[in-house]
Amino acid sequence: MGERLLEVRGLRVAYASESGPVVPVDDVSLDLDEGEFLGIVGESGCGKSTLLYAIARLLGPPLGGEILDGSIVFRGRDMVALSERRLRHIRWRELSVVMQSAMNALNPVLTIEAQLRDACRAHSTMSAREIRARSEEVLRLVGIDPLHLRSYPHQLSGGMRQRAMIAMALLFTPDLVIMDEPTSALDVVAQRSLMKQIKQLQDQLSFAVIFVTHDMSLVSHFSDRLAVMYAGQIVELGPTRRVFDAPLHPYTRGLLDSFPSVAGPRTHLAGIPGSPPDLVEPPSGCRFAPRCPLATDRSHAVPPPLVDVGGDLVRCHLYVPDAEPAPAAAVEA
Amino acid sequence: MRFVLRRLSFFVITLWAAVTLNFLIPRLMPGNPALAMMARYKGHINPQALHALEIAFGVGTHKSLGAAYVAYLGDLVRGRFGISLTFFPQAVMHEVLQALPWTLALVGITTILAFSLGTLIGIVGAWRRGGVFDAMLPPIFIVTSAFPYFWLALLAIWLFAIKLHWLPASGGYDVTTNVAWSWAFVSDTLRHSILPAATILVTSIGGWILTMRNNMITVLSEDYVRMARAKGLSQWRIMWTYAGRNAILPNLTGFAMSLGFVVSGAILVEFVFNYPGVGWMFLQAVENQDYALMQALFLLIVVAVLSAILVADAVTAFVDPRTRELR
Amino acid sequence: MTAPAVAEPLRPAAPAGPSRARAVLRSGAVRALLHNRKALVGALLLLGFVVLALFPGQLAPDDPNAEIFRPGLGASSSHWFGTTAYGQDVLSQLIWGTRQSLLIAFAVGGLATAIAVIVGVSAAYLGGFADGLLSTITDVILVIPIFPLVIVLAAYEKNAGFFTLVVVLGALGWSYGARQLRAQTLSMRNRDFLEAARVRGERRLYVIVFEILPTMTSLIVASFLGAALYAVLTAAGLQFVGLGDPNSLSWGTMLYWAQNNEALGAGMVLWAVMPGVCVALLGAAFALLNYAFDEVSNPALRKVRRVQRG
Repeated sequence: MGERLLEVRGLRVAYASESGPVVPVDDVSLDLDEGEFLGIVGESGCGKSTLLYAIARLLGPPLGGEILDGSIVFRGRDMVALSERRLRHIRWRELSVVMQSAMNALNPVLTIEAQLRDACRAHSTMSAREIRARSEEVLRLVGIDPLHLRSYPHQLSGGMRQRAMIAMALLFTPDLVIMDEPTSALDVVAQRSLMKQIKQLQDQLSFAVIFVTHDMSLVSHFSDRLAVMYAGQIVELGPTRRVFDAPLHPYTRGLLDSFPSVAGPRTHLAGIPGSPPDLVEPPSGCRFAPRCPLATDRSHAVPPPLVDVGGDLVRCHLYVPDAEPAPAAAVEA
Repeated sequence: MRFVLRRLSFFVITLWAAVTLNFLIPRLMPGNPALAMMARYKGHINPQALHALEIAFGVGTHKSLGAAYVAYLGDLVRGRFGISLTFFPQAVMHEVLQALPWTLALVGITTILAFSLGTLIGIVGAWRRGGVFDAMLPPIFIVTSAFPYFWLALLAIWLFAIKLHWLPASGGYDVTTNVAWSWAFVSDTLRHSILPAATILVTSIGGWILTMRNNMITVLSEDYVRMARAKGLSQWRIMWTYAGRNAILPNLTGFAMSLGFVVSGAILVEFVFNYPGVGWMFLQAVENQDYALMQALFLLIVVAVLSAILVADAVTAFVDPRTRELR
Repeated sequence: MTAPAVAEPLRPAAPAGPSRARAVLRSGAVRALLHNRKALVGALLLLGFVVLALFPGQLAPDDPNAEIFRPGLGASSSHWFGTTAYGQDVLSQLIWGTRQSLLIAFAVGGLATAIAVIVGVSAAYLGGFADGLLSTITDVILVIPIFPLVIVLAAYEKNAGFFTLVVVLGALGWSYGARQLRAQTLSMRNRDFLEAARVRGERRLYVIVFEILPTMTSLIVASFLGAALYAVLTAAGLQFVGLGDPNSLSWGTMLYWAQNNEALGAGMVLWAVMPGVCVALLGAAFALLNYAFDEVSNPALRKVRRVQRG
């Protein structure tokens, strides 16, 4: 299919804090093809949102964060090296962002129309009439009556606001839309409906999506591939179906086990004991080792590499060829 | 619309409170100051005026408190504030109107200047967070905003008038000049207003700068500013329409409090400079126990503050659509 | 009823739960305060004045009221700030005058803050008509300029002694704090830990005093500091124009006498200026502490840091 849409290699991001630099994104690499839907799941604090904002080049003051290392190659250009001025050309036209809470992400003192117009004027020379037409078109796309152009964000319902944000993200039908938990602020019914809409739009306009969430079951119905993040690193990455049906990494398995299935047989609900590590001083060796039922001495001492297992990636010693054999406890749960 | 009505009714309530205070205080104070004042008037003014004052202060008549109150309100509405002792035999109303333009010019212009400049500097300081400019702002202006107005005025007089002889030390204008719309008079007036204006400006601007800067910093970490960056909007647009417009809202509504400080500062500054405005006249009235004049000026001050607040509210409603819909 | 047209500066939500509040107080907040240069300077200044107020007899070189020296002297080793037009030592007067200013600051600060807490928290907690009434009263007092009103009162009173000053300033200066406390309490009304207390059957007063108040400590302290600042400046202003008790010894009355004797023009500059310097310094101390508290409770305002590479 030609060159990849997005290639991230060895990305490292750090924040300054009172106790020292925190590294919520540590040596992350991933690829994305055109029109692909990639889900990134993980617990709170695992660094998935930071990863998103790093890719979108939205880190920096006042909220902090700096890219220390790595490359983000989008359509052949390394975004890390680009100046803000060059980045401006890419922003919104080729890459747009949908944030978690539309109530916070939309300017409360401007109408929806004004905010759409801002984006249009910043990147094109459309006339006022063209802007109007495009704004109406894009609202209709997400199922909002265009008369709401004149509304202010606080006058719309929560679901409508989220969809308005998505409409705004699609103004220039970008190649990639990055979404940071856009459904978290909604109730369950609205969540499904919004996801279905996103998927439908994706089929219609063929843009790629990177979707970050903590709700694995929600995203798994819609994503092509799934990445699992833990303590600032990608621990598993592969086609959604495979990751769901045959998870390789013990953490992924633990996550799946904690979601009871409505339809399946009654199983004992297992959580993952312990809590995520401190990102100021992450454990040496595998970061999941302190909580992993299959950990060996090697796990605690040596950080595992990212291993290719039949096209999928796992960061676990269990899959490193010619490593120590797994302990007697069965690999299957 | 409901917002406007509500603010107007607040205006009326506060005004009523001030008027009632004016009415009640002299009657409730020990030693009945009103009586003392009446004694000084006797023999100097004609019986009708004396009678009017009696009504205003409830002395010598046998009216009940309630009836006296109503009569008092009636007089107020008709602009009958009585005769001034200080500027005898002029009517209070007449004197008040003389002083008003001076204060309006001085305080009005400096407040607008302080607000605008302060807001601008605050925005720029917050935008260039971490830079040298921003680091200097809090220490300097926290301290200057705690300066007593009158002290700064004294310093200014000492330095610029006495030591350097650059600017005049007192008055609104040189008493030897002809009062007319001539360039000589106007420029003389301006010269006399520079020091008072500068004093008020320097002391009051600190508060605006700091609150605007702090609000701006908080707003800059909001999601919608990040979103604006993600949309690739120009720095200018982000700073003004996304950050600035939201950051200024608490400042506008906080106008009320700061006005209280500015008013007291203006009174003291006029006093120190002998600047013939409302504040100076107010203190003159106090010194001469000219209660009629004092009360009228007090009401005027309250009305001025309330009007300014109304204007600030109107601007807020214009800038922030959410206020238009408050229940 | 009346919605406030007076807003509070933007600040993030308070932490939930009393134990969390205690933890915050113990760890981050206190440490942050100690590291905050502004707080340090402000505290040192305040401490200096407190020392002066506590031991004036030991620290002042002369009796402040003794008119025994040559009047109108300039600065010298025996009179650091010269003498007044009546032959009194300026430095001694300054030191002895500290007491009044500090007393006014703390007394008014305490009184105003106490009223603010009672009115603000009750209004928010009681809601309904009581809230409407209290809020309207708060707004009206907030808007009526206090300095002119105090002048009017003092004018009828002839002279405002210390006690009158404290009562009047305290009774009028609580409205801003009440506004802020009410807003903060409102935002807390539906927090879970309050529900838990209600379900446990705790009385309202208990809920207010032991669950709500501890979380608003920083706001209450900031309110106190603001009231103290306003008291110092207003009292000085009143005394300066002659409405205080001219026979008492305070910085404001010093300024009054200096002004009366045309000190500036007559070359007794220090007498005219130094009391103002003291007022300014004490005011600055309160202002710095107040600002530092704001910074500590709003993390967004703290110092910007850079990441260390490597």
